[in-house]
Amino acid sequence: MEPGLYHLLFISAALFFIGVYGFLTRRNLIAMLMSIELILNSVNLNFIAFNKYVWADKLDGLFFTIFVIAIAAAEAAVAIAIIINLTKNFQSIDVEETEEMKY
Amino acid sequence: MNGANILFYLLAAMILGSGLLAVTTRQLFRAAIYLLFSLIGMAGMYFWLQYEFIAAVQVVVYVGGITVLIIFSIFLTQQAGEKMLVKKTGQQIFAAIAAFCGFALVMIQIVQNNFTATKNLSLSPSVTNIGNQMLGVDKGGYALPFEVVSILLLAALIGSIVIALRTPTQTS
Amino acid sequence: MPNATYIMLIVLLPLLSFLIMGLFGRTYLKNTAGIISTCLSFISTCLAFYTAYGYFFEYGKINGVYQKLIPFNYLWLAFSEGLSINMGILLDPITAMMLVVVTLISLMVHIYSLGYLKGEERFPTYYAFLGLFTFSMLGLVVASNIFQIYIFWELVGVSSFLLIGYYYEKPSAVAACKKAFIVTRFADLGFLIGILVLSFYAGTLDFNTLIQRLTSPESNELKSALAASFLGISALTWGMILVFVGGAGKSAMFPLHIWLPDAMEGPTPVSALIHAATMVVAGVFLVARLFPIFAISAPDALEIVAYVGAISALFAAIIACTQTDIKRVLAFSTMSQIGFMMFALGVSKYGGEEGLGYTASMFHLFTHALFKALLFLGAGAVIHFVHSNNMKDMGGLRKQLPITHFTFLIACLAISGVPPFAGFFSKEEILLAAFQHNQTIYWMALITSGLTAFYMFRLYFSIFWNKSYHPNHQDEHGHHGEGGFVMMMPLVLLSVGACLAGFIPFGKFVSSDGTALVSEFHLQFSIAPVALGLTGIFTALFLYKTENDKPDKMASSLRALYQIAYHKFYIDEIYLFITQKILFNCIGKPAAWFDKNVVDGLVNATGNTTQVLSEKIKKIQSGKVQEYAVYFLVGVFGLAMVFIYMWK
Repeated sequence: MEPGLYHLLFISAALFFIGVYGFLTRRNLIAMLMSIELILNSVNLNFIAFNKYVWADKLDGLFFTIFVIAIAAAEAAVAIAIIINLTKNFQSIDVEETEEMKY
Repeated sequence: MNGANILFYLLAAMILGSGLLAVTTRQLFRAAIYLLFSLIGMAGMYFWLQYEFIAAVQVVVYVGGITVLIIFSIFLTQQAGEKMLVKKTGQQIFAAIAAFCGFALVMIQIVQNNFTATKNLSLSPSVTNIGNQMLGVDKGGYALPFEVVSILLLAALIGSIVIALRTPTQTS
Repeated sequence: MPNATYIMLIVLLPLLSFLIMGLFGRTYLKNTAGIISTCLSFISTCLAFYTAYGYFFEYGKINGVYQKLIPFNYLWLAFSEGLSINMGILLDPITAMMLVVVTLISLMVHIYSLGYLKGEERFPTYYAFLGLFTFSMLGLVVASNIFQIYIFWELVGVSSFLLIGYYYEKPSAVAACKKAFIVTRFADLGFLIGILVLSFYAGTLDFNTLIQRLTSPESNELKSALAASFLGISALTWGMILVFVGGAGKSAMFPLHIWLPDAMEGPTPVSALIHAATMVVAGVFLVARLFPIFAISAPDALEIVAYVGAISALFAAIIACTQTDIKRVLAFSTMSQIGFMMFALGVSKYGGEEGLGYTASMFHLFTHALFKALLFLGAGAVIHFVHSNNMKDMGGLRKQLPITHFTFLIACLAISGVPPFAGFFSKEEILLAAFQHNQTIYWMALITSGLTAFYMFRLYFSIFWNKSYHPNHQDEHGHHGEGGFVMMMPLVLLSVGACLAGFIPFGKFVSSDGTALVSEFHLQFSIAPVALGLTGIFTALFLYKTENDKPDKMASSLRALYQIAYHKFYIDEIYLFITQKILFNCIGKPAAWFDKNVVDGLVNATGNTTQVLSEKIKKIQSGKVQEYAVYFLVGVFGLAMVFIYMWK
């Protein structure tokens, strides 16, 4: 079977929900961050797939991918700064042990 | 089945398989390595799609930047060999069901929808075209978002330094 | 044209005094507060005299008519095109006269207080309040529009409140200041509604425009104001009556006079300044300011002014004959004299010879300010010496207080209308005006002027003659004489004024339409009032010159009348009955019940429901990131479903 748009969308959706599953089940903040990276990657793949198979006359999908990558890099940097700070304060990066911000 | 198709399925398997392992393995460092492979597979997929520039960016930023950052932070925050604590089984099942339902919903929508490709002449994603349009200031140009993103990166850089440098306060 | 800077300085210097004393007085200026304030007041007085001189003799008169000049006008609040509020200065004969009166009396009181309140703990505060009062009163008299006058009107009320309650440790002073404030506020409500009515119909707040629009018969504003009517009385008349209610409250006219006697709880110099010479004549001033409208367009309202004035004059004079607190006698006398000014305005017409009442009223305002301030300051000296307000503790003080005695006698002669003292001339004019226009009021006024002479000399003889003085507290306080130069100087200056002020040809300067009015002196006409006044004086001489039981006998023979007058016709009791028994029980209590049970109940119910609900739903905020992620996902998918399946 010739791989096309639907295959790419399948991969993208699958990767997205793998990320969601990881985000919901992981207790470690770094692991949650990895899940988010997977989700962002699936979105990137989506953009590229649509750009190639539906709107081949434009490059907008590509640009959005670039922006997502840039923002993901920024987000990862900030997230890791927060994680390091959290380790200093709580000696733990387990989300179930850092539940200070509640009612 | 020609070589290109085989390559596609291999890449797809690599992406999804190592992605799945990345979210399920109980050793954090291994999770990071699986994530690395998943990202490399993604870069390969971009190559397969003949989007070489994006593929290169993917390798440079994700594989070379973010993964390394994550591994650094793993080393900074805990012993890499330790096994991670897991959620209760009930919660894991719930998450799996939720993820599967969402996946099913999305796939139903995708399959039902009929995507029609544009008839216009296609534009090659060469670095020249990307450069011209991304830094263009005329209609369809992306100069302003580009500048905004660069400001965002700067802000994130400063912000993460400030956050990470903050002296620990004694909270219980 | 006049120099606006000078006039503004007259008004602003007392404000400066208030600010300095209020901000720095208690910390830095404990000893020098009085001197600084007095100096500022002195400069202000000089400028006021200069301005009055300039107005009356240099630039005020054009073609024989005194003009209403506006040397300064500043757009303060611009609400819309038709509605804006200015801050300005209106200079006309009565403003010029009031500037002189207010600053002069204020200066005298400033000087006098240096001695009277010596050693007082809150000395700078007292001078701050005096400054505030003087500022507001001056602002009131120069006001160029009716809203500005209202602002200063309220400021005057506030400073009066503060000064009555100056001895706030005394419960009676606290009660008195509250009473004064509430009663005048109540009257001011009428004033405010009156302002709204007038400005609604006239479409302006500015005095000159207002008067011009509401007096010329062709103007549309006047026609519409006369056409609209309520209960058979035109809107314009209602407006003027309501404005007069405000004036009556401030000027202690019957039946809103009840605060004035109690206001005597304040320091005596304050009574002299506020409750005798300046603030209480604000009502008269207001009526005079709007006089053309009263006289030309709302004669019914003017008639009400006349009768209220006459009734107040007689009523207060009767009460004054029975009171034993010397300050209260003076308070009722003030009320009576203001009644004179009011009905003089009330019987007057606009323009020419017919406007005699207006001139007479303003003349009486001027002379009354001088001799009544003198009386109060004299009474203050007596109280300072005796440490009591009650006549029964006094008597035979002429040896101890020679200067006070002499000046007090002059003031008594002046207020009784004995020639050639000041009161004689102004009172004659008032009586003449009343005689020409309204006989009923003339006879009431005649009786009142006889009574005036009687109670003033009752007061005089009781203080200075009667029995010989036996000090009760000589050992405690020692002998401190009359209070020194600073207290005697104002008395002497004011007594000179009380002697000579009557010879000012007042009609030449102040008249209803600005033209000179030559007041003729009718010898035959003067016989009756003077004779009646002398009768009053001799009756008082006969009854109170020496200690005897004749007054008591008279009181017991006229028992009922004496009791009623002694209790001030039970007006206070009637008010108390109305407020406490009727208003509180019929309106206050149900309203309180409604507030406690229904309004509070609703509020509490809302609060309790919120609290219970929040206890239940706060668990959602668990602090667990992944739970939030689940909510988020569910929300996103829910929205997606809505958009995909229901939107089509």
